[in-house]
Amino acid sequence: MTNLAEGRPLPAPGPSALRLVWGRLSGNTAVAIGGALFLLVVLVAVLAPMLAPADPTAIAPANRLKPPSANYPFGTDAFGRDLLSRALHGARISLAVGIGAAVTSVAAGLLIGLAAGYFRLVDALVMRVMDGLMAIPNILLAIALVALSGATLTTVLVAITIPEIPRVVRLVRSIVLGVREEPYVEAAIASGTRLPLILWRHVAPNTVAPLIVQGTYVCASAILTEAILSFLGAGISPETPTWGNIIAEGRIYFQLAPTIILFPGLLLSVTVLSINMLGDGLRDTLDPKLVRRTG
Amino acid sequence: MLGYVARRVFAAIPVMVMVAIIIFLLLRLTPGDPAAIIAGDTATPEQIAAIRERLGLNEPLLVQFFTWMGRLLQGDLGISILSNVPVAGMIAQRFEPTLALATTTIVFAILVAVPLGTLAAWRHGSWIDRAVMTVSVVGFSVPVFVVGYVWIYLFAMKLGVLPVQGYRSIDGGFWPFLERLILPTITLSLIYIALIARITRTSLLEVLNEDYVRTARAKGLGEAAVLFGHALRNAAVPIVTVIGIGVALLISGVVVTESVFNLPGLGRLTVDAVLARDYPVIQGVILLFSGIYLLVNLVIDVLYTFLDPRIRY
Repeated sequence: MTNLAEGRPLPAPGPSALRLVWGRLSGNTAVAIGGALFLLVVLVAVLAPMLAPADPTAIAPANRLKPPSANYPFGTDAFGRDLLSRALHGARISLAVGIGAAVTSVAAGLLIGLAAGYFRLVDALVMRVMDGLMAIPNILLAIALVALSGATLTTVLVAITIPEIPRVVRLVRSIVLGVREEPYVEAAIASGTRLPLILWRHVAPNTVAPLIVQGTYVCASAILTEAILSFLGAGISPETPTWGNIIAEGRIYFQLAPTIILFPGLLLSVTVLSINMLGDGLRDTLDPKLVRRTG
Repeated sequence: MLGYVARRVFAAIPVMVMVAIIIFLLLRLTPGDPAAIIAGDTATPEQIAAIRERLGLNEPLLVQFFTWMGRLLQGDLGISILSNVPVAGMIAQRFEPTLALATTTIVFAILVAVPLGTLAAWRHGSWIDRAVMTVSVVGFSVPVFVVGYVWIYLFAMKLGVLPVQGYRSIDGGFWPFLERLILPTITLSLIYIALIARITRTSLLEVLNEDYVRTARAKGLGEAAVLFGHALRNAAVPIVTVIGIGVALLISGVVVTESVFNLPGLGRLTVDAVLARDYPVIQGVILLFSGIYLLVNLVIDVLYTFLDPRIRY
């Protein structure tokens, strides 16, 4: 048997299937560029305390609102704090929220989706709740949740994650509904395999590729939502250096010092762009059938 | 036809009820004492008790729910804690700027995105296609407030051709009204353009391989007639669907855009209410926005039957 597209023999099943995926991934420009940029942002976030030339919270009133210079590559803010240091530290919050929301919403969505896809009664109730949640625009739901529980890193993370869950649930449920009619699942049922094992061994693996792709989109959208919450003044407390907070503080000085907004804005955009490119590339290589999420 | 419309309307009602239940439960199920949070850090126990009394938080949950729903059905959204004014009235006052911005954005986005997506599909694989797709990924990635400040920097500060911020009612003349909406519109529409252009391209690419497109070309129709008369018409359903789903993006974007450009609309009202923890207002605005979202998508469901007569559920 040969792979018609490339004329090479098909790889043997087993570990080399991974190599096949890797081969396709590394040949995809979007994955390569997006992945490299994203790794760079992760490195910056991890190494921020070492890379930052100054303490991001050190106030120096004499140096307030300095334009970018050799000493302060991004300039300083209204309190004389070094904006480069603040921006580098901001990467940590953004990534923590993005990755945290992606992992949590995928895990929660997987559990709920498996249950909904397999048990009719759960399905009827859960999907009505999901329909309701999806009708509320993400940012409004997140804003309301934060307003009611006070803004800390944890509440912001929860508030951003909850609106992302319904889309994951829908995705998992639709995969489960398709898979449960497959002969190998019927065979497992017929041979008396217990339900948790069927779900774990035969159904769940089908969701891995689509969930990785969905996870990247959740990550990008969560980073944007966190920045918007901070920007509106409803996010993590203003002393914490997040990109949204830096931009929010720069608003009144925009005409005087536009770089306070433009530099962190650029970092934020490049980060989200890298994740979206990675997601699009992964979708095309891992799961060509998956349509980009549209909400 | 009428039966179809009726079925769609009936299907939307449980979703709206669910939205109301979720919004109702948000306040009651949040850990901690909601009255204390709304009252703020400096409140005295008496003030907290007064707020609890006002929001009816002492009643049993079911009683609270039915009282709240009963008032809601009569159009009573409650009274603002901060300003003591009915929430419905506050919303009505702030409706105009938001409606104006949403209208200009939807019209502008469709006028730009559909031709862009069509062009990309028509010249599939060319540099035009790649450029459109790049713009689309970038549009999804750049946060709406960053876009807004870049436009302010370029058009208002560097070139000085457009006003920075503010809103004028259309009663004060059409140009002063439109002039102040140009920057907010091109800001808010970027992500919407990205979304619509992408789906237009995908949806047209599928249709362009169909037999009837080949037939249309074979009988000597010009490319424009083939693209817009035959292909685009048949690709319309997914495009219109995404325009509807994208209204959710638009609503989230309105909240941010109005803050950037100081438009006194519903988005500003929402942010001010959140910062002041004015829960009845937050609740009312979310209900209204979710209702609008569901209504738009209901109208689009009904539109399908005109766009594609084959659809008869």
